[in-house]
Amino acid sequence: MTVSKVTGQRFTFVRPSALPGFGITLGFATTYLSLIVLLPLVVLVWRASALGLDGIWKVATTPRVMAALEVSFMTSALAALLNAFFGTLVAWVLVRYDFPGRRLLDAAVDLPFALPTAVAGIALAALYAPNGWIGALFAPWGIKIAFTPLGIFIALVFIGLPFVVRTVQPVLQDFEREVEEASATLGATRLQTVFRVVLPALVPALVTGVALAFARAVGEYGSVIFIAGNIPFVSEIAPLLIVTRLEEFDYAGASAIAVVMLTISFVALLIINSVQALSRRRYEGA
Amino acid sequence: MMGLHRRTFLAAGAALSALTASWPTFGQTPATVVLTNVSYDPTRELYRAVNDAFAGEWRRSTGQKATIRTSHGGSGRQARSVIDGLEADVVTLALAGDIDAIARESRRLPENWQSRLPKNSCPYTSTIVFVVRKGNPKGIKEWSDLARPGVSVVTPNPKTSGGARWNYLAAWADELERTKGDQAAARKLVEAIFRNVPVLDSGARGSTTTFAQRAVGDVLISWENEAFLALQEFGADKFDIVVPSLSILAEPPVAVVDAVVDKRGTRKAAEAYLNFLYSAPGQKIIARNFYRPFKSEDADPADLARFPKIKLVTIDQVFGGWKKAQAEHFADGAIFDQIYKPSGKASR
Repeated sequence: MTVSKVTGQRFTFVRPSALPGFGITLGFATTYLSLIVLLPLVVLVWRASALGLDGIWKVATTPRVMAALEVSFMTSALAALLNAFFGTLVAWVLVRYDFPGRRLLDAAVDLPFALPTAVAGIALAALYAPNGWIGALFAPWGIKIAFTPLGIFIALVFIGLPFVVRTVQPVLQDFEREVEEASATLGATRLQTVFRVVLPALVPALVTGVALAFARAVGEYGSVIFIAGNIPFVSEIAPLLIVTRLEEFDYAGASAIAVVMLTISFVALLIINSVQALSRRRYEGA
Repeated sequence: MMGLHRRTFLAAGAALSALTASWPTFGQTPATVVLTNVSYDPTRELYRAVNDAFAGEWRRSTGQKATIRTSHGGSGRQARSVIDGLEADVVTLALAGDIDAIARESRRLPENWQSRLPKNSCPYTSTIVFVVRKGNPKGIKEWSDLARPGVSVVTPNPKTSGGARWNYLAAWADELERTKGDQAAARKLVEAIFRNVPVLDSGARGSTTTFAQRAVGDVLISWENEAFLALQEFGADKFDIVVPSLSILAEPPVAVVDAVVDKRGTRKAAEAYLNFLYSAPGQKIIARNFYRPFKSEDADPADLARFPKIKLVTIDQVFGGWKKAQAEHFADGAIFDQIYKPSGKASR
């Protein structure tokens, strides 16, 4: 698809497919989505609705919850942005260069997907604790990594990386080298080629990858609690606050925080998607 | 996530064993009885020893094989699992408040559960002590030393850990004793201590790991049994135990969960299991595993000699029982929640 766009061909897909089975697949898709995604969300909202709208608002605006939401969303956004840069770099290296161990590196990118998050958290905490291999390098300078918001950030960078790499990589793979060569023969500098030819083509995929990494990071619990320190107002993430509420047998309160997180995430994803649509339109129009 | 796994595993295991147990015998007693003991964090070693001894005892008296599965975690979290449906035949938690919560929220055992066994259903007690780095470089001796600026204190979160609630109350009780009942001073001390805490883990074992393996903190506030165990596990050359002049008598209670044992037909075994804790061999195992037995004459004198003499106050004397302490200190928005203020100064 990207290829056709790059070469400037227009391909519209407005009429229903000539293939039969639209009705049945639509029915199946809606039922499936409802069961797997919507039903749990309905239960969640229903649990929270015990508090009423002002109740939810009251829970959401307590300083403790606000602080935790800020920690969660800020660290997730920063981690996603860092991954946007380094993830693209990793994808670039994996696609454009051949070197011994490339396949191994390629496979290693997926490890954060496969590893149980608690294991990742314990490993990262051991590494970045004041007596860990990396933590010990920073400790003499008075920089603490594990058990601070910086530790949360590192855990979220770890779990978010594959999302960016795996969304950018295929687009980069399909991107024809000839386009870059053409750009060069037309007198563009290397930087101009990267920023005006290659990157615009990657932006939609990159935005998707960043959105996925962000969404995953916001909900991450397992790896973060081991490295966060969990101090209220400093390094307490919103999912931990939800778990704490559950342990106090306060199901409605826990659901209320969850609903607030969900709403913020949904709005954030909506914005990201419209940015993506915008960039795609601009790119196609160019 | 881990809790969920453990739960499904336990549930599946229990269902499977119930099947195999009832299958070969018709009308007679099944050949195996399976009990699930839902316990708190640092009792892993204690119940491993108790389970073996009880299984032997049970076979001798009934000819039946007994398999006991134990599950461990922060006491509050374990209580919630039971409320949510984990089929525990017996619960052995860190404090009465958590079993009260099970009785109140799930009605699986009566509210007067604590009067059903001797000694308020506490076959063993423990207390709270300090573990410090070898040689005690920060010179920590008393609760008030934990509040000094520059002392880094490791304790779990009282919201999720029963042990941490005892830690908090012991500090409070000590300051009350020192100031002859000044509640405001006690609150100030506890606030200052928690401002010195860099990591709040969810359970006692997590805090021990943070202190011993991650080298975080100058002092770990710990169950006495957990402190002995940490010394045994990580080496007495690394840590010292410091015993404050006053601490709290921690009373971890045990109870049969009526609704579960009646449904599964395990009441006799479950009751025998808990009674075994009160028997002479049970008390001996308890003392060996660093818990304080209630009948010291049954324990090995060598084991008893390890327990330091501390002035111990009880939660009933100082705080008027668990229900009151829970509401005043640990409920949502109560004193513990008020310690942490939005300024962000709380951690430094």
